[in-house]
Amino acid sequence: MWCGSNPVWSSKGKEQARRMNLIALKMIFGDRAKFFGIVMGVTLASLVITQQGAIFIGLMSRTFGFISDAGFPDVWVMDRKVQFIDDVKPLQDTKLYEVRGVEGVAWAVPLYKGMIRARLENGQFQNCNLIGLDDATLVAGPPEMVLGRLEDLRRADSVIIDVIGAEDKLARPPATPGGPRIPLTVGDSLELNDHRAIVVGICKGSRTFQSQPNVYTTYSRATTFAPRERKLLTFVLVKAAPGLDPEVLCDRIVRTTGLAAYTRDQFKWLTVSYFLKYTGIPINFGIAVFLGFTIGTVITGFMFYSFTIDNLRFFGTLKAMGVTNGSLMRMVLLQAFVVGNIGFGLGVGVASVFGSSMKESQLAFKLPWQLLIVSGAAVTVICVASAMLSMRRVFILEPAVVFKG
Amino acid sequence: MTSAASAIEVRPGTGEGVAVRCRGVTKTYGSGGSAVRALRGIDLDVRAGELLMLVGPSGCGKTTLISVVAGVLDRDGGECEVFGADFEKMGSTERTRYRGKNIGFVFQSFNLIPTLTITENVAVPLLLNGVPRKAALARSREILTQVGLGDRTGEAPQRLSGGQQQRVAISRALVHEPKLIVCDEPTSALDHETGHKVMELLRGVAMGSGRSLIVVTHDNRIFEFADRIAHMDDGRVDRIVTSAKDLYGD
Repeated sequence: MWCGSNPVWSSKGKEQARRMNLIALKMIFGDRAKFFGIVMGVTLASLVITQQGAIFIGLMSRTFGFISDAGFPDVWVMDRKVQFIDDVKPLQDTKLYEVRGVEGVAWAVPLYKGMIRARLENGQFQNCNLIGLDDATLVAGPPEMVLGRLEDLRRADSVIIDVIGAEDKLARPPATPGGPRIPLTVGDSLELNDHRAIVVGICKGSRTFQSQPNVYTTYSRATTFAPRERKLLTFVLVKAAPGLDPEVLCDRIVRTTGLAAYTRDQFKWLTVSYFLKYTGIPINFGIAVFLGFTIGTVITGFMFYSFTIDNLRFFGTLKAMGVTNGSLMRMVLLQAFVVGNIGFGLGVGVASVFGSSMKESQLAFKLPWQLLIVSGAAVTVICVASAMLSMRRVFILEPAVVFKG
Repeated sequence: MTSAASAIEVRPGTGEGVAVRCRGVTKTYGSGGSAVRALRGIDLDVRAGELLMLVGPSGCGKTTLISVVAGVLDRDGGECEVFGADFEKMGSTERTRYRGKNIGFVFQSFNLIPTLTITENVAVPLLLNGVPRKAALARSREILTQVGLGDRTGEAPQRLSGGQQQRVAISRALVHEPKLIVCDEPTSALDHETGHKVMELLRGVAMGSGRSLIVVTHDNRIFEFADRIAHMDDGRVDRIVTSAKDLYGD
């Protein structure tokens, strides 16, 4: 016998499976309509999950954007009742000195953060975030200056505003009716709570959750701009002594002052947790992601199942000719794996292009690698579920089906 | 009966020994009141080196019998051995491998995988049996050349005529040189002339080296190619003859 006399005759399962891989791939690539249908299903699921997930993460990142921008401080000290970054519960100024007295504090500076109304040239009002930085150090200033210098805040009545606010919400009226609004720039003035403020710089920072312009000034000036209140100190920003774990320092501050103290990451998570718990945002995005997952699963599952059913006769033929159930399972899994990967790549690719094209817009879009893992896991579930559905049919398939014409 | 069938001379088997031995084979589909007894105690021997045709009316159990013989369907009772091996005594994987090595299949609707070239289709049994891909493809091209398709080796099956596709299917059934080939209505989708050519091919290329063929057919125009003809009715083999004349008279 030709085969029997061949020295490489082998019936090892793994070897057989390897040889069947190419046939499996040719089967799936050869049926173009089904192939594109399945890939489209996976792409759609992957796109919706990634894109909606990225927008959700982008939106959530905005809630703590200011904490990220602040940079230097290791620990944020605040009133115990504060639930998130914009939940202002002022402290007495003396608390700053209490914090400075805690062992392990390298330095501690005050920060004012509150809302203020800016009056625009056209008479309209715009709510802004007013941030008062420590006069001496200007710690927690904007991460990047576009125009001017941070030190210019030491000039009289000076403020620095963020570029998005300057170009949009705080922009001056158009020179001609219907024309473009004129961005606020260095040297322009605006009215903050009946106080004149001069723009000395334009900065770039993270967008805020409510997309309100950020107005930076010194702590002492912020307290004059802000509406009069008995207490004005919002946060105390603390740097831990070299080598000291910020979490340990937090514990000491809490014990010594009775205030709340969080590391940067803890405060970010506190803020995000608040939005997750008390807003409908996670549910809304969750529904979108769930829909994407469900629709993707249904389309992919249906198309893949349909592909298997269409090819059942050929799977039966292969089974009759000596392909084991194990090899057939691997063929189906390989087909699912390949279409899954192509669909995932396309979905993530389209989502990335979408995010990249929206970079300059107001859309919150952040695509961390962890989201790719989540999206990949979802696609894996979709493909495995589809393959399982199909594999069952292949597994229980009587090879005698091939004689049924 | 047709005059063509009655004039046929049937040759005796050329090999020695028994390739397939069935005794009291039974098979029932379904259960209870809706049960269908497809095989009701089949006794049949297929000699090594012979071409046995299984004939009979639709629903008499021909396809069920070759399915049991080829090990693609479990029987309910009786004994059935193929070259001394009983599929019922093998595990699922062992049975599949035994089938892959020893049995070739020719189907009524060809069952060629449309997304593979005809060479790749023919190479499948070789690949399954561990022959390296390159060698398998070379051997497939050789056998396709033998069946007159040497100039079409790179084509997809659906680009060929029915007769050509059946020649590819026969090549696939033969390429790994199995001891037994089972054919289910190999000419039913073909016109008379093409069907005749396909049977000539099966008779000429497939026979030899003690290889046996079981051909299920309704087509009495091809009875002339049989060594013996087993007539089935109602799940039983009721006659085994060596000539169509003995089956249907003059």
